[in-house]
Amino acid sequence: MKLITAIIKPHKLEEVKDAVQNLGVKGLTVTDARGFGRQGGHTEVYRGAEYEIAFVPKVRLEIVADDPDVDRIVESLLATARTGKIGDGKVWVVPVETAYRIRTGEVGPDAI
Amino acid sequence: MPQLDTGDTAWVLTASALVLFMTPGLAFFYGGMVRSKNVLAMLMQNFFAMGIVTVLWVLVGYSLAFGAGSSSGLIGNFDYVGLKDLTNAMSGTIPTLAFVGFQLTFAVITPALITGAIADRMRWSAWVGFITLWSLVVYLPVAHWVFSPAGWLFKRGALDFAGGTVVHVNAGAAALALVLILGRRKNWPGEPMPPHSLPLTLLGTGILWFGWFGFNAGSALAANAVAAQAFLNTFVAAAAAMLGWLIVERLKSGHATTLGAASGAVAGLVAITPCAGFVGGLAPIAIGFAAGAVCFLAVSLKFRFKYDDSLDVVAVHLVGGILGSILLGLFADKSVNPAGHDGVFFGGEWNALGEQVLAVAVVLVFSFVVAAAIGYALKAILPGGIRVSEDDEDTGLDLTQHSETGYALERV
Repeated sequence: MKLITAIIKPHKLEEVKDAVQNLGVKGLTVTDARGFGRQGGHTEVYRGAEYEIAFVPKVRLEIVADDPDVDRIVESLLATARTGKIGDGKVWVVPVETAYRIRTGEVGPDAI
Repeated sequence: MPQLDTGDTAWVLTASALVLFMTPGLAFFYGGMVRSKNVLAMLMQNFFAMGIVTVLWVLVGYSLAFGAGSSSGLIGNFDYVGLKDLTNAMSGTIPTLAFVGFQLTFAVITPALITGAIADRMRWSAWVGFITLWSLVVYLPVAHWVFSPAGWLFKRGALDFAGGTVVHVNAGAAALALVLILGRRKNWPGEPMPPHSLPLTLLGTGILWFGWFGFNAGSALAANAVAAQAFLNTFVAAAAAMLGWLIVERLKSGHATTLGAASGAVAGLVAITPCAGFVGGLAPIAIGFAAGAVCFLAVSLKFRFKYDDSLDVVAVHLVGGILGSILLGLFADKSVNPAGHDGVFFGGEWNALGEQVLAVAVVLVFSFVVAAAIGYALKAILPGGIRVSEDDEDTGLDLTQHSETGYALERV
């Protein structure tokens, strides 16, 4: 099993959700996130005074997937979250030792 | 005894309610501009004005502001303490109690204006002390000087229709004094402290604009042509000032902003306040437009001189109040209101303009000096001083001063 984490542009969330759902993904977790990458922050102006806002709003998306499904999900994420402009985000994958479903007590890939 | 006019009485009572509504409007105007950890403290400082000033007004305030007093015209007297003997009294065509209520709403909002300058760092107990003392020692005498027919500036012929000096210059000068004593917010101006909710600020602006019709048109104290002129002037000046601010803002910083639209409208309302019942024609467009442009430019003063007037009370209320009070000496038109006199543009004497400048200067200096004295006294007397600790400033005033949180959206 793997944990796929993606940081994406907030307006891409619905599109990404539909795409991975079509691949059979049964659940994912979304968190509002802030951060900076190569895009950097942006400037806001209040009564003529400029403020550098260092952290840009992003969405953090987490999916736990069984090994055979991981590549397809990642490909789909990369395709749908992409606009081609700076600030599209990142995707990374890390191994997951095990997983449990709280309601039934199922363990491992069955719990996904 | 003059005859009671039901129309006049109904209008002044209605106008009083409109003006009272400005204080919560101001609370939201300011509240939206602070960071979310300080929103309740800002609202509370404003709402509290409705509590403390009202009680003070009934006990001694009205009497000291509008009692006949001595011939010096410096302060009223104790004849009406506890509103004694006013139950059936008349003031012109309205019951005196309607006038008492109307003037009370002015006494409430004036110190509330100061809260924008001291945002994010004043201890709650220090604010309670300050608003109490400043209302008694500064607001009451100044209201007597300018608004009471027995007041010395009134008798000299200074014009102030609805409070350019009494309300705006007065509060603005006190705000500047308090800012200098309190010091800057931690990490200002390096750290960005952007508004947490401009929608609240725009909502507050709408409430202020709405209530200001009562403030200015109500100051005619009658339902008559002067009230209608003041009503329209108020409307037009706010609109022109919004345009003035936005144009200069767009040219200077590249964008026309919602905060700019709101700030411009308020600047115009401030500047037209002394003029409202004394000018006509296109004057409110000129006064409003000038206020929008000048007040926008005045915001940059705090960065140049490094005083942390957090929400620009000096730039909007002090500068706007001075501008309106002085422009009145130019634009006043006796054909609009026979109780006034002609300004320089209408064939009036230059010394009428001089009286406007004198009234502004006297109120500015008096309020600044006495507010500073009160600030230093409280700093010395209060065990914790007048400013919160650095830790409390980091945590925010909502939690540290009031044990509350403005937005508990994350809690289940």
